[in-house]
Amino acid sequence: MSILEARELRRTFTTTTGVLRRQRKEVEAVRGVSFDIAEGELFGLLGPNGAGKTTTIKMLITLLLPTAGSASILGLDVVADAREVRRRIGYVFGGDRGLYERLSAIDNLRYFAELYGVPPREQRARIGSLLELVGLAGRERERVEGFSRGMRQRLHIARGLLHDPALLFLDEPSIGIDPVGARELRRTIADLRSEGKTILLTTHYMFEADELCDRIAVIRHGELVAEGTPEQLKARVSAGSVLEVELLGVAGAAAQAHADAVCRVAGVRSGTVDEQPQGAVLLVQVEPGVDATAGVLGALAGADTRVGRVVTRAPTLEDAYVELVSS
Amino acid sequence: MTAGATRALRVLWVGYLLQLKILAVNAFDGVLNVIYPLFFATCALLMFSQSGDPQALVYAALGSAVMGTWSAMATSASGALQGLRWQGVLELLVCAPTRVGLAILPITGALATVALYSFVATLVWSRVLFGIEVSVASPLGLIVAMLVTLASLATFGFLLSVTVVRYRTGWALGNALEYPGWLLCGFLVPLQLFPEWVRWIAYLLPPTWGMDAIRAAAAGGDPWRDIAICALVGLGYAVLATVLSERLIDSARRHATLALT
Repeated sequence: MSILEARELRRTFTTTTGVLRRQRKEVEAVRGVSFDIAEGELFGLLGPNGAGKTTTIKMLITLLLPTAGSASILGLDVVADAREVRRRIGYVFGGDRGLYERLSAIDNLRYFAELYGVPPREQRARIGSLLELVGLAGRERERVEGFSRGMRQRLHIARGLLHDPALLFLDEPSIGIDPVGARELRRTIADLRSEGKTILLTTHYMFEADELCDRIAVIRHGELVAEGTPEQLKARVSAGSVLEVELLGVAGAAAQAHADAVCRVAGVRSGTVDEQPQGAVLLVQVEPGVDATAGVLGALAGADTRVGRVVTRAPTLEDAYVELVSS
Repeated sequence: MTAGATRALRVLWVGYLLQLKILAVNAFDGVLNVIYPLFFATCALLMFSQSGDPQALVYAALGSAVMGTWSAMATSASGALQGLRWQGVLELLVCAPTRVGLAILPITGALATVALYSFVATLVWSRVLFGIEVSVASPLGLIVAMLVTLASLATFGFLLSVTVVRYRTGWALGNALEYPGWLLCGFLVPLQLFPEWVRWIAYLLPPTWGMDAIRAAAAGGDPWRDIAICALVGLGYAVLATVLSERLIDSARRHATLALT
């Protein structure tokens, strides 16, 4: 059974430029996105910055009205039945914001419990169990302004779960969190999933999506360009190999010119640039059964470029993602 | 009382207590709230003391006391909502199933409570520093007039706040209203000095009636008619803000103005 159904969702923003001669410009942030999420599923929505992930989520959680298309959660329309939809969903976004800084964690939770209509008699037990779940028990009387980013994020998750929503939206929850904090957060999300909670997750971290998600959709320029299980997405590039070529002291347009040159080598499917502090790494997708190393190095040799490490490896979800969003 | 009404009252009460807590823990805001009304009252009293008329000083003492409450509400209410937008909390309040008005009204209610301090502190300041004795003919009338004025200021602030939900730069309206309000509400200058069309604008502002009621209660006049009108105008703002809040939120959802970006 589908908990969420999105059909041809579109959202256009109007912006103005200029002072005296104001000009209106329309930007299509989401262009006909359709997908379903089944009960108990952890669905990942991946895409680069500005691809339309957050706009899509904001339409689904009733913060934005779609320009066209429709979406329903548990059969309730996100436009016509907005208040009923809000009772059934939880929303957690990443970063430092979204909490009353000057209040303690427990005051934050208590207030949102009121706003979500959690019966007063159930509030204490519910808040206590959620603080345990997110590992903040014992810290609940401290003011949020003294919390680390990881603690804030876990408090956000507790806030989003106060009313036991049927569907939880996690919009880049691990952004800016240190590796240990991010690992704890992933564990919390995995626990929620094992308890049968339906979750829509957006993230930039492919290993996170690979580890947690049952299904993934990739969004680019406001359109879904792929959808499937992590294995299915990896399979799109797994019939082949990836050649990593480190370019020392090269960046920006020069690195992109190298990638374009490499793409012309026989047996190469695509070449993308991964910018690094000391230069760039060319990620070259190679056809199955082809050893393109010599050809690639040959294409780079005439360009007075210092080549560092050269590695051939099996494709990952990140490779699939990079190919999908850059093709 | 229905279950829905009970729940609404509970949301208002819990929200009010938490907003008071937020205001209480900010030392910087606290100091400003203590100093500002006294500073403006001192300026007004120094000017009026030049007349040498004791009644003029009483007029100025009462006027500057209410003036402080207006400043505390007009600038703070819209600023508080903008603060929620900056904190990313505004979206979460809209995303909750409770009507957003029930989350905003406690904010202005808490600010009105801070404004009560401003009223009392200014009168004490006038007594201690300038030796102005405000004799009150009807203490009950004065207390009721003061509370009704504060309540109606809270509903006026509620309306200002609701506009900030829709318009990202709406907070500037609150700042722009502060000084015109000092003149329009008759805090320091009698309304009779202004053209008639200006007086009609003044009649739409609750503190105009509250100010008249407070002066009448102090001087031995009948404050109750002005108190009733002040309450009605305040109620009108509450109804207008409640109706507008849902419409403006729908508009904000259409025009994507709830978040900063």
